[in-house]
Amino acid sequence: MFLSALKKTLPVMGTYVTLGIGFGMLLEKNGFGTGWALAMSVFIYAGAMQYVAAGLLALDVSLLTAAFLTFTVNVRHFFYGISMIGRYRECGKAKPYLYFALTDETYSLVCTDDVPKGVDRKRYYLLLSALDQLYWICGCVAGSLLGSARAFDSTGIEFSMTALFVIVFLEQWIGRKDHGPALMGLGISALCLLLFGGDTFLIPTMIFTAAGLTLYRKRAQREEAR
Amino acid sequence: MESFHSVLLVAVIALVTAAIRLLPLLLFGRKGETSAFISYLGDTLPYAIIGMLVVYCLKDVSFLERPYGIPEMGCIALVVVLHLWKRNTLLSILGGTVLYMVLMQHPGLF
Repeated sequence: MFLSALKKTLPVMGTYVTLGIGFGMLLEKNGFGTGWALAMSVFIYAGAMQYVAAGLLALDVSLLTAAFLTFTVNVRHFFYGISMIGRYRECGKAKPYLYFALTDETYSLVCTDDVPKGVDRKRYYLLLSALDQLYWICGCVAGSLLGSARAFDSTGIEFSMTALFVIVFLEQWIGRKDHGPALMGLGISALCLLLFGGDTFLIPTMIFTAAGLTLYRKRAQREEAR
Repeated sequence: MESFHSVLLVAVIALVTAAIRLLPLLLFGRKGETSAFISYLGDTLPYAIIGMLVVYCLKDVSFLERPYGIPEMGCIALVVVLHLWKRNTLLSILGGTVLYMVLMQHPGLF
């Protein structure tokens, strides 16, 4: 079971170690050392949000701003959890950790639903989730150490986050026929960025996207009824 | 830089993140069913939000003055091409990021 979980999480290992190193170096550049990288990868454990958090720490923003930004960046995880309720129903005491560890990558691994025959599902899911977080922690700490050793110039490393989102967007685009929600997300946020500017555009974007999706559903239902 | 406020910031971010992820378990874990509207949002919202996050990553790029966002757009194009070609997440991320780092560290190149 351990080997099949290891094999399944191998792509995530590569991604997490790379992204983790990027994060650790960015954090170090912003003046926060290895202890911070370790604590954040254990307790926050959210790739995109940790990159954002590295910026927030450097700017010393208010707690309310931080809470709001965390909400907008991570609210998608709520819906990952919703779609796991069936799969995780029998997982007993492991449940809280399984839900806590639902990152984009772990979600996509658990979603593919190919638990090897004769394997305890609960332990298999737990192993996938824990291995993924272990890779992430190793990457973040390694990046922080590399950053403090000034091993190389890390300017521009923040692009790894952009690259990851572009890839997730691309995968989602390929995997779904109806591109309405994806286009809505791109379009509404670009428009709100122009109208409201980079510091505040996430709030109106979330509101308009929720409203847009609600209208979109009504339209889809009408078309179905016809 | 490092202060008590930074510790509070990390704690708030960790708590909000954990709350978001554990809320489905608390709300629907017992019943095991959700309303049609919530599952509709669960089906569509992640797609919209990834689009939003792509835009968020580009929010500080100035498209009206030099270098007009050309490095960002060029690197995104490389990521897309690499990914459509090999479908290897690690290769796509590394390719785009290394090119971007080279472009940022040698502004005279273009």
